[in-house]
Amino acid sequence: MTIKTVGVAGCGTMGTGIAIVAARAGFATVLYDTQEPALERARGQIEAFLRKSVERGKLDAEELPKIMERVSGTTTHQGMAGCDIIIEAVFEDLEVKHALFAGLDAVCPPHTIFASNTSTISITEIAGGSGRADRTVGMHFCLPAQLMKLVEMSPGLTTSDETFAAAWEFCEAMKQVPVKTQDTPGFILNYFLIPFNNDAIRLVEQGVAEPAEIDKAIKTALGYPMGPLELLDLVGMDTQKLLCEAMHGLTNEPRAACPPLVRRMIAAGHLGKKSGRGFHDYADSKTFGA
Amino acid sequence: MASYRIVTSGKSRSFPTSHEFIEAADESGAGLVMLGSDHALVDGGAFGDAPFVAVELGSECLGVHGGLASGPANGDGRLVGFARFRLGTAEPGQLVELVRQPWTTPEALDAARAAFEAAGLTVAVCEDFPGRIIDRLLRPYLNATLRRLDEKLATAEDLDRTLCMGLGYPEGPIALLNRTGLAEHFDVTQALYEALGQEPYAPARAARVAKARSGG
Repeated sequence: MTIKTVGVAGCGTMGTGIAIVAARAGFATVLYDTQEPALERARGQIEAFLRKSVERGKLDAEELPKIMERVSGTTTHQGMAGCDIIIEAVFEDLEVKHALFAGLDAVCPPHTIFASNTSTISITEIAGGSGRADRTVGMHFCLPAQLMKLVEMSPGLTTSDETFAAAWEFCEAMKQVPVKTQDTPGFILNYFLIPFNNDAIRLVEQGVAEPAEIDKAIKTALGYPMGPLELLDLVGMDTQKLLCEAMHGLTNEPRAACPPLVRRMIAAGHLGKKSGRGFHDYADSKTFGA
Repeated sequence: MASYRIVTSGKSRSFPTSHEFIEAADESGAGLVMLGSDHALVDGGAFGDAPFVAVELGSECLGVHGGLASGPANGDGRLVGFARFRLGTAEPGQLVELVRQPWTTPEALDAARAAFEAAGLTVAVCEDFPGRIIDRLLRPYLNATLRRLDEKLATAEDLDRTLCMGLGYPEGPIALLNRTGLAEHFDVTQALYEALGQEPYAPARAARVAKARSGG
C-alpha cells in the first residue's frame, strides 16, 4: 500500500515531534487533539523548530512554508478519516488508547494502519481494542522525535506481515532508522535503561558514591554522553516514577521497581533540572521553571 | 603533590605496561603505591611516614587488605584502594576508582587522588563496596542484554544499534562483550554474584558457556 497522508494523535512533545518528522519527509500530516488550543500550540512549536533549523543551516528557507502547508489539525475523529496511517502519541493508558482507536476505526477506511508510540504498553493489548488488530503496529520514536532517527518497530501477536512491512517502509520513507523488536515491556531502550538508572539511584541510596562521582565514572569509563543521574535529572523524578511503575507492574523485575529515594525526592520537590534540583543542583540553570 | 614510591607484587591489571603514573614514581617518595595482585594483607608497620598508602584492588574489597577495624596501629587512616577501569582483555582506560573506608583521612584521599590526576587519569571516589561503581552498574546491564538476546528480543546488531542511536552510547553491549571477552565478564559478575547474592549479577548463559569453553 502507498502511504500519503499521516495522522498523529496527541499534540504533546512526542506527537508534535512525530508530526515534524512526517511533514518534513513530504507527507501530508494531520494532527489530532481534543483541544483546539493544543493544536495551535503544536503548530507554533513546529514552526519554531523549523525556523531554528533554517537558522542553523539544516533546512532550506523555502522549505519551511511548504512543510507548514502540509500540516493541518483537527479535533474530530472524522477529520482523520483520510489518513493512511495514524500514529498515536496520547497518554500512556490502555483505556485511553483503546477509546481513541475505537473511535478512529469507526471512521477510517479499512486500509488505514494504526500505530502506537507507546514505550511500555503491549502492542498486542493495544491492538486488541483497536478494532483492527491485524493492522496495528508499534512505532516507538525516541525523544526528541524530530532529532532522533531511531524508531523501535514492534509487531503484536496479531499484526499481519503486510502491515508490519508497510509500516517499516513508511518509517524508512520518513528517513528514520527502524529496528525490529519483540512486543515486550519497554521494548529495547526502556527495558534496559529504566533498571540501569534505578541501579545508579540505588548506589546513591546505599552510600556507594556521590552522584557526581557516579556520573563521572560512567562517562569516563564507558564514554556515555551523560551520566545516569544527569540523565535522570533531565527525565525528571516524577517521570522516572511513572516509568518504573509501568515497567515493574508489567515485569515484576526488582531492578525496575521505583527506588524509595525517588519518592522522597519527589516529596521534597527535587524533581531534577526542571525544578532546579535533583541529583545535581541547577540553581542557576533551570530549564523550564519549577 | 606528594611523591610516591611503588612496590610491586604480582601482575598489575591497572598498569600492565608502563604509564606516566609509573614513570613519575620515585624510590624515595613519601607515599606508597602497592601494585599487583599479590598484596594479600597490608602490613601497617611498613608504612613509615607515608602520607597515603594505595593498594591495587581486583574484585575484592579494600577491607580484605586493610581489615575492618580502624586504628593507627594499622595505619588505616592512610589506606586507600584503587583500580583502573579495565574490561576483560581490553587496555586499561582513563578512569581510576579510588576506594576509601570510613576512617580514611581526607588528607590521604586527597594525596592519592592528586597522584593519579597528575598522571592524567580521572578519579572517581567511592566507598568500599563490592564492584565499586562501574561493575555494580555495568554487570547487571550486560547480563540482562545477554539474557534478552537469548530470548530473541532483537538481533545482536539491532540491540546494539538501538542503544547506541537511542542513548548515544559509543558501543553497544554485545559488541563491547565480544571485544573484551565473555569469559572475563563471567569472572567479574560471578564474583559479584557471590559477594552480593543478587540474581541480576548471576552470569548469563552465554557468559557461562564462554567460561566453560575457555577452559577456565
